Amino acid sequence: METLSLLGGGFAEALTPMNLLFAAIGVFLGTFVGVLPGIGPAMAVALLLPVTYGLGPTQAFIMFAGIYYGGMYGGSTTSILLNTPGESSSVMTAIEGNKMAKAGRASQALATAAIGSFIAGTIGTLLVAFAAPALAGIAVKLGAPSYFAVMVMAMVLVTAVLGTSKLRGFIALFVGLAIGIVGIDLSTAQPRLTFGLPLLADGLDIVVVAVGIFALGETLWVAAHLRRVPAEIIPVGQPFMGKADWKRSWGPWMRGTALGFPFGAIPAGGAETPTFLSYVLERKLSKNSGEFGKGAIEGVAGPEAANNASAAGTFVPLLALGLPVTATATIMLAAMQGYGIQPGPQLLSTNGDLVWTLLASLLIGNFLLLVLNLPLAPVWAKLLQVPRPYLYAGILFFASLGAYSVNQQAFDIGLLLVFGLLGFAMRRFAIPVLPLILGVILGPLMEVKLREALQLSGGDATALVSEPLAIAVYVILALVLLVPLLMRGRSGASDDPSDAEREKIDA
Amino acid sequence: MSTETTPPRTDAPPDKGLDRGQLAVSGGLVVMGAYVLFDAARLNVGFADPVGPKFFPYCIGAVLIVLGVLLAVATVRGDEPEAEGGEDVDLSQKTDWQTVLRLLGVFVANIVLVDLLGWAITGGLLFAGAAWALGSRTILRDLVVGAVLSVGSWYFFYVVLGIPLTPGILDGVL
Repeated sequence: METLSLLGGGFAEALTPMNLLFAAIGVFLGTFVGVLPGIGPAMAVALLLPVTYGLGPTQAFIMFAGIYYGGMYGGSTTSILLNTPGESSSVMTAIEGNKMAKAGRASQALATAAIGSFIAGTIGTLLVAFAAPALAGIAVKLGAPSYFAVMVMAMVLVTAVLGTSKLRGFIALFVGLAIGIVGIDLSTAQPRLTFGLPLLADGLDIVVVAVGIFALGETLWVAAHLRRVPAEIIPVGQPFMGKADWKRSWGPWMRGTALGFPFGAIPAGGAETPTFLSYVLERKLSKNSGEFGKGAIEGVAGPEAANNASAAGTFVPLLALGLPVTATATIMLAAMQGYGIQPGPQLLSTNGDLVWTLLASLLIGNFLLLVLNLPLAPVWAKLLQVPRPYLYAGILFFASLGAYSVNQQAFDIGLLLVFGLLGFAMRRFAIPVLPLILGVILGPLMEVKLREALQLSGGDATALVSEPLAIAVYVILALVLLVPLLMRGRSGASDDPSDAEREKIDA
Repeated sequence: MSTETTPPRTDAPPDKGLDRGQLAVSGGLVVMGAYVLFDAARLNVGFADPVGPKFFPYCIGAVLIVLGVLLAVATVRGDEPEAEGGEDVDLSQKTDWQTVLRLLGVFVANIVLVDLLGWAITGGLLFAGAAWALGSRTILRDLVVGAVLSVGSWYFFYVVLGIPLTPGILDGVL
């Protein structure tokens, strides 16, 4: 019950008229940017980060919560109407959602996505409110070896399990780790990988890295392959659902939420797996399984709920351990660090008010999203027709503005360009972005924990396995990596086409 | 930048055969790894720091080199990357380097000029120039939209966020 009263305090803080206004602006901007084709939630959050500069941490977080959910919802609109998922987590939504839209049921698809997101987001955020303090309570007692182990696990799982090619995943991870080294080594005050440039001494701003790779990389990549005939857009009316649609959506929403949250909350991250599982589950359970592949509402409701519940779940490791596991969470962490706030077990005791306000704002933002987006859906759909030169010129403009506004140095726009070219190359060579981003932000944290652990033991490497949790984590990691290998060796080709597809890419 | 008169060359690699671009990537990884090792080697190790500032870069540099070699082996064995698709991406076309180079030119001009001319001017030029590079041919309208965006964002940062972006030569005018 203590949680509820603390959350109530958060609501009291977040519900002042001024803060509500910030939440509404955040939701509006987030949806606006998220709906634009080619921009996923992570890019929306990164591009909009500068808007919160100059605000106090509370207001900034409130706005951020809105941007976050707005960006997520905007992305699902694009998937449904254009069949073009901005992020891998929306792939499943796009499959059935776009088929529904083509069959003249775009309104129902948008409605089930919006309401499902709202329900999953609300339940997920409430679960965060209970789980994060509990986890933080445990995490306070953990030492550096356990932290190090959990970070290794997060990195390896994101890289090896989620991606399509392990080799490319690890390339991305280690390039990211190398980028993370840049700057002054904190304990010996020596510059590392700065190429003698004093401007690099503070290290690379994760936002510049992310915006460069996401926004600039995407723009350059699109420029190189611009589709001269724009994709077909389906007109939308007011989103609504009939009685039958409600009846068919309830179950998938709930099951999607149940699947999505745990996957988000364990530091293995990513909504890709739960959305996929939810889709498969709904196809198995549905009485109308014949409709799957032709536009079944269950196939939109389930994965979309799973996606949002998983997104809410990622706040658990982010707040309690300071461990981001998705690109969006990484940007959130960077934003918090920008305010001098270091998420982790101590966060709830040092900045408790802020956390509760953030959680309350997430709930408020989620609600605002529902009331704002259901009526505005036809307007958002019009945004999909933005002329492409303007869309990408606008992305370049705002990306540069964001990079420049941090320190007002042309050098930062130059860095943006470097990472834009890197992002271009990564798209060309199918190297995934998420492991790189994680490497950049987790690498330095990991090094600190490693050195801390070994300093205490005087350099004895067995210190790394001196805590029970650390051992458990390494065992789990070994199982996760080895079991699929053994299974594959025994069973040979799988008969599930999607599985076969994954393995084909994997090979 | 290539001139308009030259016929489009078929510089795309044939369907089968070695992906030279990917070989270059693996080479780049090896060079990067080597540089990380070189950079770490000249660091001094502090006292009472059993790990020191070298250990982490050493591991990363070494792994980068190994990954580069693995990628080279995979490439020689015929591994081809599956380039990323997207809503506005048409992979059936050849890479349009001309558009990319124009875009890069506009972007670099912004980097060079922003401190001198100020964001209110270069931001607008960046928008109009990028729109032009991407195929928009309504130059006057693009310039107007760009100017509205850049001057608007300058005032937004100045008035709402309290951050004065470089005014450049418009110092005193804005």
